[in-house]
Amino acid sequence: MRAVLVAKDQMSVLLEALLQDHEVFAPVNDDALVAFRQVDSPQQVLLDYGNSTLPPKGLFFPQTETLFTYSLERGHLVLKEPQPASRSQVLFGVRPCDARSFTFLDRVFANGNQCDGCYLARRENCTVVGLSCGSPKATCFCSSVGGGPFSATGSDVLVTDLGTDYLVEAITDKGALLVESIGGCREANEDSLRRRREAEASAEATFRGAIRTEDMELRLQEMWDDPFWDRLHEKCIGCGVCTYLCPTCHCFDIVDEGSEQRGRRLRLWDSCMFPLFTQHASGHNPRPTGKERWRQRLMHKFRYWAESHGEAGCVGCGRCVVNCPVNLDIRQVLNEIESLSKRVE
Amino acid sequence: MTDLSPAIRDAARRLLSDGLVDVVIGFEAGPIPLRSSPCFARDAAEVERLVWNMSCENNLAKYLPRRRERVGVIAKGCDTRSIVGLLREGQIERERLHIIGVPCRGLIDRRRIESELAGREAIDVQEREGEILLRGDGFAIALEKERYLHASCRACRSPTPVIYDTLIGDPVAKDMAADEYATVREFEALPTGERWQFFAAQASRCIRCYACRNACPLCYCTECFVDSTQPRWLSPSTDATDALVFQIMRVMHTAGRCVDCGACERACPVGLDLRLLTKKVEKDVEELFHYKAGLDVHEPMPLSTFSPDDPGDFIR
Repeated sequence: MRAVLVAKDQMSVLLEALLQDHEVFAPVNDDALVAFRQVDSPQQVLLDYGNSTLPPKGLFFPQTETLFTYSLERGHLVLKEPQPASRSQVLFGVRPCDARSFTFLDRVFANGNQCDGCYLARRENCTVVGLSCGSPKATCFCSSVGGGPFSATGSDVLVTDLGTDYLVEAITDKGALLVESIGGCREANEDSLRRRREAEASAEATFRGAIRTEDMELRLQEMWDDPFWDRLHEKCIGCGVCTYLCPTCHCFDIVDEGSEQRGRRLRLWDSCMFPLFTQHASGHNPRPTGKERWRQRLMHKFRYWAESHGEAGCVGCGRCVVNCPVNLDIRQVLNEIESLSKRVE
Repeated sequence: MTDLSPAIRDAARRLLSDGLVDVVIGFEAGPIPLRSSPCFARDAAEVERLVWNMSCENNLAKYLPRRRERVGVIAKGCDTRSIVGLLREGQIERERLHIIGVPCRGLIDRRRIESELAGREAIDVQEREGEILLRGDGFAIALEKERYLHASCRACRSPTPVIYDTLIGDPVAKDMAADEYATVREFEALPTGERWQFFAAQASRCIRCYACRNACPLCYCTECFVDSTQPRWLSPSTDATDALVFQIMRVMHTAGRCVDCGACERACPVGLDLRLLTKKVEKDVEELFHYKAGLDVHEPMPLSTFSPDDPGDFIR
């Protein structure tokens, strides 16, 4: 696939060109946050950020989504679906962990025989431009869960900072079309690819908190009744930070709102950490306490997902680690499980 | 400044070995710099994990309602005021609780320190008299602690526990002349439109994760109004109107009860200014009823007590 070099001072020209043809979503400073927002000028775009506070998953899987509206007009029921975006979109500057998360969401919402039309339309309409991670954070652990700071998985185009230039590589056919449209750039050569490898090695070398997750699903298979769960959740306050900020969490609720005359059906993010998530109409709750809810969250990511898809359902972005109000660190939890099972052996 | 951690561990160890409590709730070092994490110690080995420092930011009164065990709790000034409130509201039993009060010198706002570091990461953090020493790859800096305290800590007037069984550390004096409502007064002076815009912008960023509610010791309801589905009082959507109604209702439910510990704001992952509204309500209650929450366990609560002298000029 084609790879080109864009001089750093030419990046704004490239973004300007993208803005001509597409709606562009990119990381911007929004008060205290770094967030993915639609931009209208290259100056808004952050290219030297750590990672966004919220994952970009909301672009494909919005937190609050109207599936359809209904109204009674002269005795007839009128259903309206929301109009899809009319212009093509570019999601620019996504970190490799988040880009990889899109391939996880695809397995849920766009896996052939069970396709979600709204999701699929948004995915197909969007070209994902990844941004390699030159200096991963101390809370990052993508390399421990099958990703990497320079991983191209989930990106259509991958942009890498090489110091004076950006290396812009097409990864997919969709990405190749975007790279073709870039003017005023040089073809990448052997030297640029060597510099890319060096940058990747130096990024990999900075990981401090590597964790072992191999065979985690096998360990977890033996742990359903383990006393480990009795106290793990003790400090957890049961909020939705870990799940709402997680790029791979995809559980949702469907809610109808309105009157006999008009209303809407919504799809909303939901969280397995909320008691309401499993509350039955009878009042019975099969996951009555934090114990069952924490076990579910961990089992879903590191056992069930791994059993179904051959890899953990976590991309190691570290958002749940950084933002947990009580600093309950999933890396520590996984390490404890690892040492527990060692003791048993 | 003495490290109070050893004294806290001694007190916790004694409580457990004397059989006075079943668990001591305190803090342990968090796995990342600038963080501490709530810790539940039930034996001598677990007591060794307990620490005390400027990042012990959670309000541990949160963990007290509906707990069957006899509890020892490490409590800052604000935590003890929440405990007073919970006692007043009949949510905890005093005789099953041992309060290890620790006068607090203020908690540091890690997010502001992170933004000061501009992408660099601290690997090691030390606290020295009035200073925070941060070390990372290729840098070492000292920051003036006072400048990085949480806004709630700067406005705090009760750093020393108001109720305790054991006190560890020296009482901390506070400048009572400073106006704790200065920010509220400034905001009140703004035109209505600007105030509305501020709250609308805040609400548009709320993700309804309920970290603010769940970090708050006052939010102990078995069913929160936002979780009720029969009837559904409020749409769970993140439309700005729904998010704003959630925040307003949450604050209204804390009127005359909130002690401004700031736990809600510290828990918020998207950095919302959650204290402005709560502080405003606190100010209103103080002006209307001359009442400050969490100071006296016997004082009647203004919103659940009627007095013929209550201000009533809003009834026309």
